Amino acid sequence: MSEVILEAKNLKKYFPIYKGAFRKRVGDVKAVDGVSLYIKEGETLGLVGESGCGKSTTGRTILRLLDATEGTVTYKGQDVLNASKDEMKKLRREMQIVFQDPYSSLNPRMTVSEIVGEALVEHGIYKKGKELDDYIVDVITKCGLAKYHINRYPHEFSGGQRQRIGIARALALNPSFIVADEPVSALDVSIQSQVINLLTDLQHERKLSYLFISHDLGVVKYISHRIGVMYLGTLVELADKKSLFDNPKHPYTQALLSAIPVPDPTKKINRIILQGDIPSPANPPSGCKFHTRCMYAKDICKEQVPEFRDLGGEHFVACHFAK
Amino acid sequence: MGNLLEVQDLRTYFYTDDGVVKAVDGVNFSVEAGKTIGIVGESGCGKSITAMSILRLIPDPPGKIVSGKIMFNGEDLTKVSDEKIRHIRGNDISMIFQEPMTSLNPVFTVGFQIMEALMLHQNLDESEARKKAIEMLKLVGIPRAEKIVDEYPHQLSGGMRQRVMIAMAVSCQPKLLIADEPTTALDVTIQAQILELMNDLKNKLNTSIMLITHDLGVVAEMSDHVVVMYSGKIVEDAPVDELFKNPRHPYTIGLMNSIPSLIEEGKRLESISGSVPNPLYLPKGCYFHPRCKFATDECRKGQPSLREIAPGHKVSCFRAEEVTK
Repeated sequence: MSEVILEAKNLKKYFPIYKGAFRKRVGDVKAVDGVSLYIKEGETLGLVGESGCGKSTTGRTILRLLDATEGTVTYKGQDVLNASKDEMKKLRREMQIVFQDPYSSLNPRMTVSEIVGEALVEHGIYKKGKELDDYIVDVITKCGLAKYHINRYPHEFSGGQRQRIGIARALALNPSFIVADEPVSALDVSIQSQVINLLTDLQHERKLSYLFISHDLGVVKYISHRIGVMYLGTLVELADKKSLFDNPKHPYTQALLSAIPVPDPTKKINRIILQGDIPSPANPPSGCKFHTRCMYAKDICKEQVPEFRDLGGEHFVACHFAK
Repeated sequence: MGNLLEVQDLRTYFYTDDGVVKAVDGVNFSVEAGKTIGIVGESGCGKSITAMSILRLIPDPPGKIVSGKIMFNGEDLTKVSDEKIRHIRGNDISMIFQEPMTSLNPVFTVGFQIMEALMLHQNLDESEARKKAIEMLKLVGIPRAEKIVDEYPHQLSGGMRQRVMIAMAVSCQPKLLIADEPTTALDVTIQAQILELMNDLKNKLNTSIMLITHDLGVVAEMSDHVVVMYSGKIVEDAPVDELFKNPRHPYTIGLMNSIPSLIEEGKRLESISGSVPNPLYLPKGCYFHPRCKFATDECRKGQPSLREIAPGHKVSCFRAEEVTK
């Protein structure tokens, strides 16, 4: 089995809420509230959940784009959250991110070669010149763009092409771990599949590890090896893809999976319709955070936070009643 | 049952400084009473413009319905007076928009926004309209409707706002409900709630629904009939079971092969190469030929027309008989 390259333990990220004339801290938005996960080399860990569940914040906290409130992140044995500035700079070469919105994540005043090459120059891998240009062409052609694109600006590209630029930028430094934060959500279906194919090809070629964040369960199922399901800042279930989809243990996962519309009119699924909306993360319910919408909820769920436990075969669930 | 709406050879063009954009270019379809028709396609294929044309909401200039008929209840909506169309909008035909965040007015309470249509179209007085608004909010499953009726849109969540939009759209019991990507901005569990609600209302009120979406999963679940659009034209038109069992246009097949959930484990996604053509510079011949792996010289020269290859199944492709999954 390949080794674990990244591990997060009990990761928490709270955003303070200030109120009143003296900006008194009145509470916290508990965006990420105790997430533990690991990713192996060459593996894709999918992270799914509905908007506001903290999946993007988890990705950013792992990369230290946001400072964690509590917890640890270890990358190849190195403590990421306490790394010094110099150490962090080295780590950044290894850990990259692809953002969701291909429109706002590229600087409109930089050309493709500047966008892709900036980090290479900054890290001292290449000096400006022909060698750098050759390398940039090499990277962008791998990502499905052409040589004549390098002097163009982002607005000259379509959404799918822009996402390729974003991927090329992440890839240029030859990282081994990439956080892909909803990389295909803004794209049309036919373009989406092109980008997904690109990401899987690159993974095979370079043994990349992905943390793939998405709300689209179909996409996550296709691309991931293991999948974690988040609800209100905590992981409720984490298992390999097959056991999660064939045998979901947490009531929330069951509802989420049954809610996916199936593109086959002959299949009728037994849908579990959840009542109500997601509670506010500033004031999450006591005990199990899902108990307000759970049809199996008993008294114990309101009082005790369920432990995130292994049911065997690395199938983790946070539910009092899961067996 | 007869057809409630018949769109015949509809052409909606936009006259821009750079040239004429043929957003909708000769579209024919019909909606039966009490049925749901799904209109599928990627961004820019003209599906929303088709819907806006039906309600005459196209900004003019630069847009214009150039030709075609939209027959609704025996009347051609492209010809009726402005006053008449105002009476039809929101009353006989109403629309649910994609963005529940931007399509409600932030300075009025949701109750007022529902009451407005009721007072205008149904001649209710204020207290009656308010009662009816609360009733509608209850119908769409909003808890504490008596309180929510006095709240402003920003106080509600996305799913609740979409429910308010639906309440508003069905308050006058329209014969046709146009839903333009009604669940795209919502999470799956909320989407499931909204789709169930729309199906409920359809059965209760016998409303026809025109569902515009890019999500083939939603279409498969909701529709009786499906129309697939590409670059302003209909490429395939079939009953839902037939379309998913036996798709015949290479674009429809490409779309289906692009969806991860329809693909077997471990198989590569067969994506459609290239991207949607610029509407200002459409390719000669069949608009899809540059991306089509079945394309021949015939496709590069001539434009295929929509023809029936099986009862109720129309395809616009020269080689439809040879094309299979």
